[in-house]
Amino acid sequence: MSFRLDQLPKKKYVVPGNAACAGCGMMIGLKILGMALGEEAVLSIPASCASVVQGLAPRSGVAMPILNVPFASAAAVATGIAEAYKTLGVRGHAVVWAGDGGTADIGFATLSGAAERNSNILYVMYDNEAYMNTGIQRSSSTPRAAWTTTTPVGKRERKKDVALLMVMHGVPYVATANIAYPQDFYRKLKRAAEIEGFKFIHLHAPCPPGWRYDPAKTAEVARLAVETGMWILWEYDHGQLKLNPPSTIYADKSKRKPLKEYLKLQGRFAHLTDEDVKMLEEEIEDKWQTILALAKALPQRP
Amino acid sequence: MKAFTLQKTALTGNYAVAYAVKMAKPHVIAAYPITPQTSIVEKLAEFVEKGELKARFVNVESEFSAMSVVYGAAMAGARVFTATSSHGLLYMYEATWWAALSRAPVVMAVVTRTIGPPWNIHVEHNDILTLRDAGWIIAMAETVQEAFDLTLQAFRIAESAALPMAVGVDGFILSHSTEPVEIPPQEVVDKFLPPRRPDVPMLLRPGEPVAFGNLPSDNKIHAKHKITTVFEAQQEAKKIIIKADEEYGKLVGRRYGGLVEWYRADDAKHVVVCAGAWCSDAKHAVDSLRARGVSVGLMRMRFIRPFPREEITKLDQYSTVVVYDRDITPLGGVLGLEVNAALSHARVVNIVAGIAGVDFDSRRFYETIQNAIEGGYKELEFVV
Repeated sequence: MSFRLDQLPKKKYVVPGNAACAGCGMMIGLKILGMALGEEAVLSIPASCASVVQGLAPRSGVAMPILNVPFASAAAVATGIAEAYKTLGVRGHAVVWAGDGGTADIGFATLSGAAERNSNILYVMYDNEAYMNTGIQRSSSTPRAAWTTTTPVGKRERKKDVALLMVMHGVPYVATANIAYPQDFYRKLKRAAEIEGFKFIHLHAPCPPGWRYDPAKTAEVARLAVETGMWILWEYDHGQLKLNPPSTIYADKSKRKPLKEYLKLQGRFAHLTDEDVKMLEEEIEDKWQTILALAKALPQRP
Repeated sequence: MKAFTLQKTALTGNYAVAYAVKMAKPHVIAAYPITPQTSIVEKLAEFVEKGELKARFVNVESEFSAMSVVYGAAMAGARVFTATSSHGLLYMYEATWWAALSRAPVVMAVVTRTIGPPWNIHVEHNDILTLRDAGWIIAMAETVQEAFDLTLQAFRIAESAALPMAVGVDGFILSHSTEPVEIPPQEVVDKFLPPRRPDVPMLLRPGEPVAFGNLPSDNKIHAKHKITTVFEAQQEAKKIIIKADEEYGKLVGRRYGGLVEWYRADDAKHVVVCAGAWCSDAKHAVDSLRARGVSVGLMRMRFIRPFPREEITKLDQYSTVVVYDRDITPLGGVLGLEVNAALSHARVVNIVAGIAGVDFDSRRFYETIQNAIEGGYKELEFVV
């Protein structure tokens, strides 16, 4: 599916005056969600930055229907909305817009349950790689070695790969996305909306205060994540896993930019030694080999 | 005069609840298995599979998700049902508060069961009473018939009051005991129970932007919302409950008296207060005591929330008020504390008994009521 940027809906779903930080990556993602599904989506938002950026009640800075829900509950609440709409004959998409803590940690059982029973929801995990809303605490989605307020010398454990875990649930659709590639994210949202059953999109969403970089550089940081191979754009659609451009070319390690270009922009990685960087590079290569092997091994069913 | 014949049958408490739910025609049911609640949702799953009930039955991975699913469905305008017990209710606790403060009309059967450790599946009322501050309407059945009637009424009450409602069914004593039950025809139920209004508590539809539950610009807005929901809506619910009882009586032929049921209390000097299935045993004890010239009656709390303050204030005219609790807190029994707080004259004796499913029959009620009246007990007694 191809489209022209100038043909995207002009209606704004993220309106001026919302409460997001300058340079918020997640808010760029929410804009793209509005463009793709603004008239069809009903959002369940668990405790997260996303519950704050809406702004203060009785007003809202996001022009989509939103139900704010308890931290661990979003995938189940959205299931309830989807089931209600099914019996009541209402057309629309039950969408979860949740952070990495609400998804990879406290909401993981709820997420896994919804995936296993193939609930008809679209779950977007915007990943800013820590609990930013409460002041930059480590989550299981924080990358190894990254500084957070609860990992003051850097996280010792590796990042949990929730998107791959969703693939292993055998759901109809899983994809990764990145806010520096809005066309790719837009297309994936549209594709997900065509599918009946459980859909999961893992969105890389940089956070200037949490990652310690200049808010003007959000798109640059996000793009470098892809260009260095740290973040891989791929899509799993009904059993088939494939790389998406521009990640496709980065399967060739020599085409990737040095990882340091991504790391050096961010204060959370400022303490890293060359040895740490080497370890991260090895992990990235391991991840690439896993994705490439899966792309080859998974059944090629249409 | 009723222009129809009631179908008379014999059902367990759990099946009676399931049949009532079926006749209420919910849109979405979600549940997680926990003894002794399981046969309610097993029966409902069977109804749905056979096509006898056109509902979406969602098998979830935890009670927290069960409550979250029915919460989401209720906010989207569906009629919903779930059931749980004991640790299951504790596991869904956060979501129960969220549902009440959202004014979501969730209906839930709580098959009351002991909280551990040790693991114990027998009856106790601590579980359902943990909802007492959460903003839920809480009713407790005495018989299988009442479990059926209350479940049916719960949909009308919850949806009219825009509050969630829990129906307490004593574990095993009611849930797994078979009693005769009269079932009204579907058309009578349809007359009693109006269709679900999808705009209660709010209309949640694609393309219609609304943000529910984001941070308040002024904490006073939140404070007022809490006062309205947690206190005022409960007062409103009293009228709705009484009206539902009256209209059910007219249509089906059974009335219970609203928030409380009085039993041989009009001319009595002393009164017993209790809730749940064991009130039948207490009534037998009252009959036996009456036969021996002891002037005693009984008030059964059908509803714990809204708290029947107006009715309970009337207890002040009795010499002794003996309150039975099948629950325990560091201050005594829940009902004992609450009844005591509403009275200023009567001597209140709170008997905490039947904890952990310990059998407490009419003979033990007889002995302990007599002892309480004769001054043999302090104001708080634990009986094992």
